[in-house]
Amino acid sequence: MFRIVRKEALKPTVVLFEIEAPMIAKKAQPGQFIILRVDENGERIPLTIHDYDREKGTVSIIVQIVGATTEKLNHLNEGDCLQDFVGPLGKATETEGKKKVAVVGGGVGCAIAYPVLKKFHDDGAEVHAVVGFKSKDVVILEDKFKAVSSVLKVCTDDGTYGQKGLVTDALKELIEAGNQYDEIFAIGPMIMMKFVCKTTEPYGIPTTVSMSPIMIDGTGMCGGCRLSVGGEMKFACVDGPDFDGFKVDWDLAVKRNQMYKDFEKHKHEETCNLLKKEAN
Amino acid sequence: MPNMSLKKNPMPAQDPNVRNKNFEEVTLGYTKEMALDEAQRCLHCKNHPCIQGCPVMIHIPEFIAEVAKGDFEAAYQIISQTSSLPAVCGRVCPQESQCEKYCVRGVKGEPVGIGRLERFVADWHNANVTAAPEKPKANGHKVAVIGSGPSGLTCAGDLAKKGYDVTVFEALHLAGGVLVYGIPEFRLPKAIVQKEVDGLKALGVTIATDTVVGRTISIDELMEEEGFEAVFIGSGAGLPMFMHIPGENYKGVYSANEFLTRINLMKAYKPESDTPIQHPKRVAVVGGGNVAMDAARCSKRLGAEVYVVYRRGMEELPARHEEVEHAEEEGVIFKTLHNPVEILADENDDVRAIRCIKMELGEPDASGRRRPVEIPGSEFEIEVDCVIMSLGTSPNPLIKSTTEGLEINKKGGIVVNEDGLTSRKSVYAGGDAVTGAATVILAMGAGKTAAKAIDEEISKR
Repeated sequence: MFRIVRKEALKPTVVLFEIEAPMIAKKAQPGQFIILRVDENGERIPLTIHDYDREKGTVSIIVQIVGATTEKLNHLNEGDCLQDFVGPLGKATETEGKKKVAVVGGGVGCAIAYPVLKKFHDDGAEVHAVVGFKSKDVVILEDKFKAVSSVLKVCTDDGTYGQKGLVTDALKELIEAGNQYDEIFAIGPMIMMKFVCKTTEPYGIPTTVSMSPIMIDGTGMCGGCRLSVGGEMKFACVDGPDFDGFKVDWDLAVKRNQMYKDFEKHKHEETCNLLKKEAN
Repeated sequence: MPNMSLKKNPMPAQDPNVRNKNFEEVTLGYTKEMALDEAQRCLHCKNHPCIQGCPVMIHIPEFIAEVAKGDFEAAYQIISQTSSLPAVCGRVCPQESQCEKYCVRGVKGEPVGIGRLERFVADWHNANVTAAPEKPKANGHKVAVIGSGPSGLTCAGDLAKKGYDVTVFEALHLAGGVLVYGIPEFRLPKAIVQKEVDGLKALGVTIATDTVVGRTISIDELMEEEGFEAVFIGSGAGLPMFMHIPGENYKGVYSANEFLTRINLMKAYKPESDTPIQHPKRVAVVGGGNVAMDAARCSKRLGAEVYVVYRRGMEELPARHEEVEHAEEEGVIFKTLHNPVEILADENDDVRAIRCIKMELGEPDASGRRRPVEIPGSEFEIEVDCVIMSLGTSPNPLIKSTTEGLEINKKGGIVVNEDGLTSRKSVYAGGDAVTGAATVILAMGAGKTAAKAIDEEISKR
């Protein structure tokens, strides 16, 4: 069992959990993920590691409350335990040897973009950050980003905060302004990562994306997370999660992620009703 | 006077048309009377060839003699001397090609139902004996076992009995390996696996789940920092193979490992489980091994019409005869001499059909099996909304890629000597991680061999 030592609602639907997991904290690298299971009937879900404290032996994740499992997770409090928490999984992001990079984060993906960005920064690169949110009330981690990037552009879809519009527009402006990036790293919803790649491809800037397909074991034994990358079959949990964004078959990846949409919707409603009943 | 009936006592089973709608165990096991009667069929021949057929060399005639006397606990104790998982092996071993193959009674008539008797004895013990086994005296030595499948559990059990402090590291959240994620509930109830694992814990074995060796901790760290004096790698062959034909990434195409993991480990067929699974109407299972039979029979239980697509003929199916028979009884349709060439989908990328080509058998190939040859122009489509690829598995590369100096063969298997020793000092391996996908009992035999070698190595220090 893995104890929640800290829970902090960054926004009403975006919650940080700091979990006691010394073995994972000791090994974790930016770009890696964990798989957790909330309870006995729980499913296994992958979540990227947001932060770790090797001294304290804790690992932090930032979760957007979107479905049954995240709803159940949000029902837990400090001191409660998770049934299972396993990792670190996947390969770490390669950050060494870069002089100037742009990191693009979308929504809760920013929570994951942050450790990668910080690592680029710590490894000596000049880092520009472009982070996008739906609106002002879901903007997270702005101060943390500011501390490790030399340029920070915050965008909101509806213009309620920062620059109005999509991250791709802001990224394009930076590139057009003459910034020579060695690499662009994008993480967020698949559709956002796809369009980041579409934006950078004409400029020929290498673009790495952190993929988030459906996973079960996360150790390479089932292939549920397989992607088509450069025409080859790859398992995101062991070969990734980072891939060359220009080589990913995006339409297939987006569609595969919707495989269980109806089940997920139904399960979410069922869980919400159940949790409501318990609260009464 | 022995029972000279030429036939084995039949095993009671659920009716095929009832059982193909539930996940409960198909075969129900012998009653006490049936067991006593079957035990009388053993002739206690002097050279007991049955024992040679058992990879862990259970003292078969001795335990059967106790069954015949009605002393089931004594029978259990005899089995336990050499086997750590009798309730499992009695169920899933291919006895027809092991112990029972060599039974003298099989020369004229059917062999003694050794597997059924082993199962009866283990189930009787589990139901009637609650006293924990006596914990062996600790010898002060620490051994790590990687993987909690049949080879790892056997190795751990044998070492624990000798007083070693054993920790088993398991990547998943439950111990058992293929026994919990692969073999379905209706062949091997998970409560039975749990009981066997609990038995090992009672012997003092620590099971560390949620630990991926190679990621969470490496073999070198186990030995250098955690003080383990020897390591046994029993990480299995969990890497699924695909055909690399067009359409394999469409929604509705599963590896058998994924499909079975969702069903067996995650219990996706139960309403209370949070893990989803497709409830297909028509399924094509590609392949002809035991795993293909398991996937087909699980699909049937989810309410689908099921086709097994296999490129050779019925006689060449690698699955156990009994499994094929059970699948047929349950209504699984066999499309043998068919090979898939493409999977087709609708505009949403959901599977709508599998295109197959008909095959005929040509000359025997190097393996001695007749080679399937395509019949030109014979392609046609089978309408299905789900395809399960059951083409076999190979060893997972994680351990080899994170352990320096571990020699691996061309097929990804770990290279070992006859004691199970790898190219690394004090690191042993066995089971599917060495051989590629094989059987539960062979994995157990390998775990046993390595446990003996580890004990000898450490005792000599």
